[in-house]
Amino acid sequence: MARVAILNYIKRPSLVHELTGTTKLIFFIAWSVASMVTFDTRILVCMLVIGAVIFRISQIRIRDISVVLGLAAVFLLLNNIFIYLFTPEYGVELYESRTLLFSGVGRYTVTAQQLFYHLNITLKVICVVPVALLFIACTDPSEFAASLARIGVSYRAGYAVSLALRYIPDVQREYTNISQAQQARGIDLSGKDKLFTRLKNSVAILLPLVLSSLKRIETVSNAMELRGFGKEKKRTWYTQRRLERNDWLAIGFAVVVLAIDLTVTFWDGSRYYNPFL
Amino acid sequence: MKKLSVKSVVAIGIGAALFFVLGKVAIPSPVPNTNISLQYAVEAVFATLFGPIAGVVIGFIGHTLIDATSYGPWWSWIIASAFVGLVIGLATMKMNVEEGIDSKKLIRFNVAQIIAHVLAWGLVAPVLDILIYAEPVEKLFAQGLMAAVANIITTGVVGTLLLLGYAKTVVKKGSLEKED
Repeated sequence: MARVAILNYIKRPSLVHELTGTTKLIFFIAWSVASMVTFDTRILVCMLVIGAVIFRISQIRIRDISVVLGLAAVFLLLNNIFIYLFTPEYGVELYESRTLLFSGVGRYTVTAQQLFYHLNITLKVICVVPVALLFIACTDPSEFAASLARIGVSYRAGYAVSLALRYIPDVQREYTNISQAQQARGIDLSGKDKLFTRLKNSVAILLPLVLSSLKRIETVSNAMELRGFGKEKKRTWYTQRRLERNDWLAIGFAVVVLAIDLTVTFWDGSRYYNPFL
Repeated sequence: MKKLSVKSVVAIGIGAALFFVLGKVAIPSPVPNTNISLQYAVEAVFATLFGPIAGVVIGFIGHTLIDATSYGPWWSWIIASAFVGLVIGLATMKMNVEEGIDSKKLIRFNVAQIIAHVLAWGLVAPVLDILIYAEPVEKLFAQGLMAAVANIITTGVVGTLLLLGYAKTVVKKGSLEKED
């Protein structure tokens, strides 16, 4: 198995990297909520532009994340195609008007409203992409649990997240080892076998993986228990940093964007910005 | 809220890591552009072994990590993943797989996972998608149904085999026999 392309923490000197994990987490959550709530094209475009500017500041290059962007593009394309195939005139319903551009074939017409709906749904997804990618690429994983604890998540949950991040490479290595060992014994997972055989073959990899993981859980939890994990109500974090001026500015900015987003979206009682009426 | 035990914390962490890795390796399925989602089988097994809270958090953290490292998080499906863990965890509470497994327990596990997947992909995910993304209902339910069927088959076959395999490795109470 080739190494899976995964987005990682990329260390570079930049303003975005200097912000604490807490700030970036809050920013990311505010951004996701804002994009989920609204269907207003103007706001979505603004968010996309701001996201692009932050991306410039972060020193992360397009090259670093090109694989991920490609995946996102495929996903979006498929999603849009599916929507169109199922409901070619959904936009007409949504925006309560109909501007026919081409009559197309049968029910598959092309209307301005449908295209506008596709534009909005695409914007909704891609305006979060830069912020989400930056959140992963610019946050030191070891700082992440501290940030979760900072915004009020119980430290046990925070610790679970950092354990997950810590053990992903281990589990991945183990998966590769087991899978190669089983392939050497003639177990095939590529598309050649029948579906049921393939499922059964995957058990040959999963069972050792699950059993060794269970053993690991035993070892790690014993080690943590011996060191008194979970005895106190609170816990301090080595990587936790104080919020500086820039952090407060960034948090303030995210809150303002979210507030504008909510106001504009719910001002006239409709989520949709409708240029057709 | 009851405090999470140390063991659950670790089980969640490593379970989420497993969920993530399995979600990233692609095992092609018969339908083009879709993969067999083995992570749900493992989530189901962990929910059975460590309870509903572990199930929920494994699904949530694991799926969020998968999405966040590939494109932006698609929250409705993340919540549906967490929901799967919750339902299976609740329905298999006190099943004590450690004490051996019989066909009654396997049926319970499978009924639980079928209900969980049908509710999660047929109801939770599409409804949230309508609320958040206002996507057309027809598309969402077709998509949800496909996901539900695929996940039920994977969890049913792989999850059941995993549980059976696990139960075999545990030494049962009173398994020693007196020699004559």
